[in-house]
Amino acid sequence: MKGLNAALGAAGLAAFLALGEAVPRLGLVKEDYFPPTSRIAEALWRELKDEVFWTALGDTLTGWALGLAIAVTAGILAGVVISVVPHLREATASTIEFLRPIPSVALIPLAVLLYGTELRSVLLLVVYASFWQILIQVLYGVQDVDPVADETARSYGLGTWARTRHVLWPTALPYVMTGVRLAAAVALILTVTAELVIGAPGLGKNIGIAQASQAVPEMYALLVVTGLLGLLINVGARTVERRVLAWHQSVRGEVAV
Amino acid sequence: MRHILLRSLYVVALPALLVTVWWLASDGSTDVFWPPLRTILKTFPDVWTGERLRADVLPSVLRLLAGYTSAAVVGVAVGTVIGSYRRVRAFCEPVLEFLRAVPPPVLIPVIMLFAGIGHTMKIIVIAIGCVWPILLNTVEGVRAVDSVMAETARSYGITGVARLRYVVLRAASPQIFAGLRQALSIGIILMVISEMFGASDGLGFSIVQFQRGFAIPDMWTGILVLGLLGFFLSVVFQLVERRVLGWYHGRRASSRRSP
Repeated sequence: MKGLNAALGAAGLAAFLALGEAVPRLGLVKEDYFPPTSRIAEALWRELKDEVFWTALGDTLTGWALGLAIAVTAGILAGVVISVVPHLREATASTIEFLRPIPSVALIPLAVLLYGTELRSVLLLVVYASFWQILIQVLYGVQDVDPVADETARSYGLGTWARTRHVLWPTALPYVMTGVRLAAAVALILTVTAELVIGAPGLGKNIGIAQASQAVPEMYALLVVTGLLGLLINVGARTVERRVLAWHQSVRGEVAV
Repeated sequence: MRHILLRSLYVVALPALLVTVWWLASDGSTDVFWPPLRTILKTFPDVWTGERLRADVLPSVLRLLAGYTSAAVVGVAVGTVIGSYRRVRAFCEPVLEFLRAVPPPVLIPVIMLFAGIGHTMKIIVIAIGCVWPILLNTVEGVRAVDSVMAETARSYGITGVARLRYVVLRAASPQIFAGLRQALSIGIILMVISEMFGASDGLGFSIVQFQRGFAIPDMWTGILVLGLLGFFLSVVFQLVERRVLGWYHGRRASSRRSP
């Protein structure tokens, strides 16, 4: 069954690529706008041999990883503190609900003014966007703590730290991992966006340059790279999630965000 | 009574505190980039008059709605088809996963090639960016329709449109709404960014204009407007969701309370 699915998937991919080759060749769309697959592949190969490409890829990955790391750390710390300290959850609820839907791209002009095209502008956007994904998941996760387990821990005389470590954290971890997976995807989107719009060095900037200089196949090649990057991040995050939660898979819950 | 007072205190206290801190900390500010909150609020009504609301905010919101709605219709329709047939799903899945993984903003340069920089380009960008989370969530939701429920419906002779409407889509709706919610935030991002590229009106356009013209308090008011818009849309979404998914949330809440 699994083999059949994989074969069908491969066939689908092949059909997709063939369609990309045939449509411009048959003149259904202009080749200037949509080059055939083979020319995109050629451009991709050229890119791979180019050092500029690898520097850009490195810049993008740096922005992504750094931003995600900061957001994850800050989100977990804030989430745990908010849920452990009495009354803080109620007091912060309205503020979080208000700040969360503010689109991070609203901060683009501010980032440009403050940091220009530096890495810090990218980080500002990435951290703001991914922080909420993590925070919300941590809060949901903590809410899910079994009251009986918590009471038991209390009656055995476990302190706040020990309860956080042994009761709260294991319960919240599945939610946190979901948050990390979502945040990883969001962080990539915002990294590339910041590069594209602000002009910070990276893949996004190169896409903008390719478009401005009419290098259409190169533009598509870079786009394919960002897609593959997104795919890798997604698959990687799922793998990590499965590893970390190997003991917990069955009771894992996902809160839709 | 005391209960209500306490609750409203919880809701208001922190925001009030934050605004006060912002007000006081920025009050004497001479830093060009961080103007006093007083100045920002004074600029607000001057900048966002009826004229600008009509000329900039309205087109932005209309484009967002147009793109988002078409993404929702296409995503749910195609997702239902793909989700209903196991073979089709296996055939499409890798391609869909790849297309979803492409960060939507990089589509802007591509779509600019095809559609120029007009309204159409922005609506297409928003629609293409929003469609993937809706589509994939619909696929997941339709796939996971409870088999007992499906069999029951079949034995009662519920088929065709009725089956789709009352069994399949109903069972998939929590998933579909999760997708719609993800798509909403992507849609707002794309609305703003597509206007930052080439545009002569729209929220994103005016905010970038203020920033380039160093009209810093005006730029801050633009950021506030975007924030309010994002907040407003998410509240509307929640209201709609609560109405449509009332049965589902009710069931979940009761199953959570019961043990």
